[in-house]
Amino acid sequence: MSRVIAVLLSAFFAAPALANENVTTFELDNGLEAIVIEDHRAPVVVHMLWYRAGAADEPPGQSGIAHFLEHLLFKATETLEAGEFSEIVEANGGSDNAFTSWDYTGYFQRVAADRLELMMQMEADRMRNIKLTEEDIVTERDVILEERNQRTDSDPGALFSEQRRAAQYLSHPYQIPIIGWRHEMEQLDMEDALGFYRKYYAPNNAILVVAGDVDPDEVKEMAKRHYGPLHPTLGLEERIRPQEPPQLAERRLVYEDARVAQPYVIRTYLAPERDSGDQTDAAALTMLAEILGGSSATSVFGRALQVETNRAVYAGAFYNGVNYDDTTFGVIIVPTPGLSLEDAEAELDAEIAKFLETGVDSDQLERVKTQIRASLIYAQDDVASTARQYGSALTSGLEVEDVQAWPGLLKAVTEEDIMDAARMVFDRKNAVTGFFQKPTPSSEVSQ
Amino acid sequence: MIRFLSILIITLLATLPARAAVEIQEVTSPGGLKAWLVEERSIPFTALEIRFKGGASLDRPGKRGAMHLMVGLLEEGAGDLNSTQFAAAAEELAVQFGFNVSDDSVSVSAEFLTENRDEAIALLKLALTEPTFDEVALERVRGQVLSIIASDAKDPNKLARLNFDSAAFGTHPYASPIEGTSETVADLTADDVRQAMADAMSRDRIVIGAVGDISAEELGVLLDELLGELPAAGAEMPDRVDYDMAGGVTVIPFETPQSVAVFGHQGITRDDPDFFAAYILNEILGGGGFGSRLMDEVREKRGLTYGVGSYLLPYEHAELYLGQVASSNDRIGQAIEVITDEWRQLAENGVTKEELDRAKTYLTGAYPLRFDGNGPIANILAGMQFQDLPISYIASRNDNVNAVTIEDIKRVAARILRPDDLHFVVVGQPEGLETTN
Repeated sequence: MSRVIAVLLSAFFAAPALANENVTTFELDNGLEAIVIEDHRAPVVVHMLWYRAGAADEPPGQSGIAHFLEHLLFKATETLEAGEFSEIVEANGGSDNAFTSWDYTGYFQRVAADRLELMMQMEADRMRNIKLTEEDIVTERDVILEERNQRTDSDPGALFSEQRRAAQYLSHPYQIPIIGWRHEMEQLDMEDALGFYRKYYAPNNAILVVAGDVDPDEVKEMAKRHYGPLHPTLGLEERIRPQEPPQLAERRLVYEDARVAQPYVIRTYLAPERDSGDQTDAAALTMLAEILGGSSATSVFGRALQVETNRAVYAGAFYNGVNYDDTTFGVIIVPTPGLSLEDAEAELDAEIAKFLETGVDSDQLERVKTQIRASLIYAQDDVASTARQYGSALTSGLEVEDVQAWPGLLKAVTEEDIMDAARMVFDRKNAVTGFFQKPTPSSEVSQ
Repeated sequence: MIRFLSILIITLLATLPARAAVEIQEVTSPGGLKAWLVEERSIPFTALEIRFKGGASLDRPGKRGAMHLMVGLLEEGAGDLNSTQFAAAAEELAVQFGFNVSDDSVSVSAEFLTENRDEAIALLKLALTEPTFDEVALERVRGQVLSIIASDAKDPNKLARLNFDSAAFGTHPYASPIEGTSETVADLTADDVRQAMADAMSRDRIVIGAVGDISAEELGVLLDELLGELPAAGAEMPDRVDYDMAGGVTVIPFETPQSVAVFGHQGITRDDPDFFAAYILNEILGGGGFGSRLMDEVREKRGLTYGVGSYLLPYEHAELYLGQVASSNDRIGQAIEVITDEWRQLAENGVTKEELDRAKTYLTGAYPLRFDGNGPIANILAGMQFQDLPISYIASRNDNVNAVTIEDIKRVAARILRPDDLHFVVVGQPEGLETTN
């Protein structure tokens, strides 16, 4: 049964896989960094531009501005009319889109390889030259409010996640939602958008990733022609956000919503992320998540709570180390009907305690490492995914060498490393525990 | 500068690669199984896609969800292996299996390394020939399915589609979700699951695509080993079903800030001579890109939605023309008006030359980009055979797109777009909308 209840993404040991000789880098005089990944099997190219600017870089009170700006980049520039960017991509048989996270905003096009230069020309154009009208702001603000309606307000799980995140970070701006808080989104204006744009959309704050049937020297010449003339933002300060103070008390949330169909308990612990030159803790946490809750059939949680006892519809663990600042390590249990959330939480905690006693099953660790080795083969079939991994890593504080060292670091993780990571991360003082449930009968009855 | 770009585009179009460069071999195994193969030796693994025609539409009366449950149980234990042992064996081989069911097919996907191909196929064969369907696994997966059904009952998108299908298709299996209902799933037994497998997974209804590090001869031997012991024949295919819903609005009250509408009417069959024209027509009206009329009118000009689109859905035994939009409760009525108006405009006036040219360049340019990995290509090969398309289809597909004229579009628009037949199923608390009769 592979369709897991739509609660969360999990496991991330997918590793950039192409032999390192297929990856080349260069930097332009204006500070633009570039990565070229060669794959000559099909005449296709993915062109991506990543900015080191996301929701966690927004000025206080302007939540959602990074994502709003992402939408506005499809409006007019000094040389293109609103919507023309995507029209030209499509007229060339390509597809394009964009995405915003806490640490980055990215734009990509996928086209026939001989269209690369046109993509660069247009992407370079909108890095510095957008021209917005008041009407753009008003109409597109309605669109992002509808997006919030659709993705967040219509989805109790998304609302729950938003509340838990706000509780997880006491000070760091990771506490805000990418889409923005509604009351702040409603106030976003032209000045907010242009302020963010002029500061962060600059060659010295961007990473170009080109992957596919291309020649690195030609890519460099093209990049010089189109991105080379752009002016950097002078005085762009180092990216330092408010940091977390020591967390001293577990936070516990109960989110109730009549639309909840499947209650669950989820807990996230504050955890270290992958840092450049210092990824060993993150590697151990990645393996811990896989061992504890990767596969429903073979992981510690899956076996104990799903397969052997059928107390959970789903039980898992998850960790994503690609983050600029502190990330989280999470555990979740979706109980079978009849098991209360309190009891489900106790079951999960009992399994964690037992794991800390008994340690790692060496056969299981061996199997996980076999799959890491195989993922290096399978991933060669998907160069766009490798491109995304470089882009997200480099906008999250990592370097190319860190990305290439990662599979080796995962393979080097020992049982002892995993247990050390578990003892380090399972500290309830750093944790947010959330119950996701229907309104209890007592709260429905008003006296 | 705008002019300069246009010139650049025209020059580039002349060199657009119009053909996907894949070389398909037609393979017949010693045992008589047919497959399409693309040899791709640069990465040491193979992607295999097997589809059985029929799928969930073969659920027997009162047993809705049996096929879905069966497919969910295929990797939960086989031969002497329980579900954990089966999964561990797959992990040791680093083989990736996928078992899926849709309205018209059951599919089995596998990606396996060259270095342990025989072991990987032996494990997959175990799942396809000796699944245990034991009670413990059955209860566990049943619980997961019931959880999915309960979640779908609170999901406005799922609710809208479910109500649309049920009104459109009466008592045919298409009228209900493939997962079944909480009542039918609660009653399914291991015998029902075995029956479902016997009905759906037999050698008389297989199509196969393979891409990767394997020769035609090796593939033939592999397929006989893997599938040779399956039963020769399965259940009869279901009957055609007539679409049976008049135009109008159905409101399904649901407490949420945003209404979701699924809308549509009768569609067009995949083998209709007008299918290419209809496909291009839909690309212009509500296709995947940003530039469609619906996206332009509903989102870009009015900000009424984050997303709106339409698509042709040709099933094996019925066909729909569907669309979906989500908009806040106070604005969904306006969105529906705009959509209906666009439907009518296009039905009456057709498209412009410029729109048609743009759609053609997009569709013909995008087509080769689909062939970008062993897994995706294996899927395309299986899909083509499933739809009875000839092996020459890939080479002629873009010519077929380009051959469609503006008169074809006008004729087909008048034929298949029926604004008065549009039925909108709206889930939410839409202001100013009521169920029509």
